[in-house]
Amino acid sequence: MSLLALSDIAVAYGKAEAVRGVSLSVEPGQIVTVIGPNGAGKTSLLTAAIGLLPSSGTITFDGQDVSRLETEQRVERGLCLVPERRELFADMSVRDNLVLGAYTRRRETAKIKSDIDDIYDRFPRLKERHKQHAGTLSGGERQMLALGRALMARPRLLMLDEPSLGLAPLIIREIFRIIASLRDLGVSILLVEQNARAALETADFGYVMETGEIVHDGTAGDLIDDPRLIASYLGGQHA
Amino acid sequence: MTAQIAAILTIDGVATGAIYVLIALGFVLIFSVTRIIFVPFGDIAAFTALTLAALETGQVPGTVGLTVALAILASAMEVVSLLRSGQRDRIPRRLLFYLVLPLVPAALVWASGSIILPMPLRIVLSLALILPIAPLLDRIVYRPIADASVLLLLTVSVALHFALVGLGLLFFGPEGVRTKSLTDYTMILGGIPISGQTLLIVIAAIVFAALLFVFFGFTLSGKALHATAVNRTGARLMGVRPEKSGTIAFLLGSLLAGVSGVLIAPVNTIFYDSGFLIGLKAFVGAIMGGMVSFPLTAIGALCVGILESFAAFYSSAFKEVIVFAILIPVLVARSYTAVHSEEETEE
Ligand SMILES: Nc1ncnc2c1ncn2[C@@H]1O[C@H](COP(=O)(O)OP(=O)(O)OP(=O)(O)O)[C@@H](O)[C@H]1O
Ligand SMILES: [Mg+2]
Repeated sequence: MSLLALSDIAVAYGKAEAVRGVSLSVEPGQIVTVIGPNGAGKTSLLTAAIGLLPSSGTITFDGQDVSRLETEQRVERGLCLVPERRELFADMSVRDNLVLGAYTRRRETAKIKSDIDDIYDRFPRLKERHKQHAGTLSGGERQMLALGRALMARPRLLMLDEPSLGLAPLIIREIFRIIASLRDLGVSILLVEQNARAALETADFGYVMETGEIVHDGTAGDLIDDPRLIASYLGGQHA
Repeated sequence: MTAQIAAILTIDGVATGAIYVLIALGFVLIFSVTRIIFVPFGDIAAFTALTLAALETGQVPGTVGLTVALAILASAMEVVSLLRSGQRDRIPRRLLFYLVLPLVPAALVWASGSIILPMPLRIVLSLALILPIAPLLDRIVYRPIADASVLLLLTVSVALHFALVGLGLLFFGPEGVRTKSLTDYTMILGGIPISGQTLLIVIAAIVFAALLFVFFGFTLSGKALHATAVNRTGARLMGVRPEKSGTIAFLLGSLLAGVSGVLIAPVNTIFYDSGFLIGLKAFVGAIMGGMVSFPLTAIGALCVGILESFAAFYSSAFKEVIVFAILIPVLVARSYTAVHSEEETEE
């Protein structure tokens, strides 16, 4: 049974349809990626999946229909989104941002402490800056904090909207390494990326979205060798 | 003016200012979490004084009727909205919160009949009666328009204030009240008498300001509230419900307003419509803090109190004019320095 199944999702801003009839699924322990050009509707899809945008269609999480639940209830069930805009708490410290990440498990005080230490081990930069306000972090540090804050919730499914946005190549490699390592922790991932090659190299399965619709899907290995994609998304420099 | 008169006026002003501090902190608290300028806040303080006065004379305070009416209305709205979204299973819990809890203090007062309780109990009961009003109003009036602009929310607040004043007349009657003083103690400091009442007011302001500081700085609830204020979307993604944060903000704010009502009742005669002026002066203090900074708000509110005290000495007829006239230069200065954080953080 799929952990997350979106079926026939449509999102519209007024009359403009941003997502039309999209269906996709994420199996437990899988990394699934959605790639596509700017304005394809990827962010709209994730925002609808977490419940911040109204949508039609059915969203099933862990076998239960969550389509009508509020965002907060979906989060409580283990669905988690790192949004494109990150939405950090700018005038709060790095540590407080992490603490709030664990809001849904606020009763497990002791575990939260050790989880913060785990995040610091993963991102030593955050440890050095634990007292600094999130709003004054560099772009890369902000991405790390957004990812770390999401992990604090111990999500069962993590949706990441362009985690490599605006990062230097070296840090992008690091971020993808971390994403791959999350799978070993039992976290399933739905990954939206511009960086199609890196995303497909990390993922198990991929979908290609264009103008609000899914136009291709397949295992990551098949997609990465698909000549139709190499030209338009993979920059043709495939070895 | 002699130094002694100046000292007396200052002490008097600090006492009045401390009352404004309590209410102004509540204004900022509620605004930062909900973007609502809760104009009826002064009314909450006045209603507390009226409630306490009624309990002193063994009458059933008008607050009981008001709370019952609001609780029933809020519960009905909750049930309808839960039924609509198909969440039947959550109804009992919500009813506990919106119907049973607000009615507990009302039932206690009802049950105690005309027995006159000891003073500390009367105060606690008055506060307990007042606390549910603002969160219930939030549920009834503001939540349906939670995504509206600050201006619309303010307009609704003003309307709500007038509605509350009307309800105040209906439930409390037109008579002014003054409650028994809380203490007869007087301290002489450098030849200047300071009443125990003044000390209580100042201590209360300091204690509650410190409690707010601890709440926001060191508790998870406080941090969740702050997070809601800073970034609503971000907070929701962490599972923090903005509605719940709003309710907590309204409860805490009401506690501050209630305490100030209890403290002001023995020194000023309070009518059903006295709240507006008290609230407005506190609001001037809150504006000085830009509606965001707690320390600046406290300083601002204190300044308003001191200014009012001196203005009353020079020309009691013009004291309100003088107090509100300082709002203009403050607003002008603010408009040059303000960071427009609020529109930016809203998405
Ligand atoms: N709030 C909005 N109001 C109106 N139109 C919107 C809104 N948000 C997005 N859109 C439109 O919906 C379409 C899909 O946008 P979306 O952000 O989902 O794309 P995306 O695939 O995430 O793009 P990118 O790769 O650039 O992030 C775009 O045409 C965009 O202009
Ligand atoms: Mg996007």
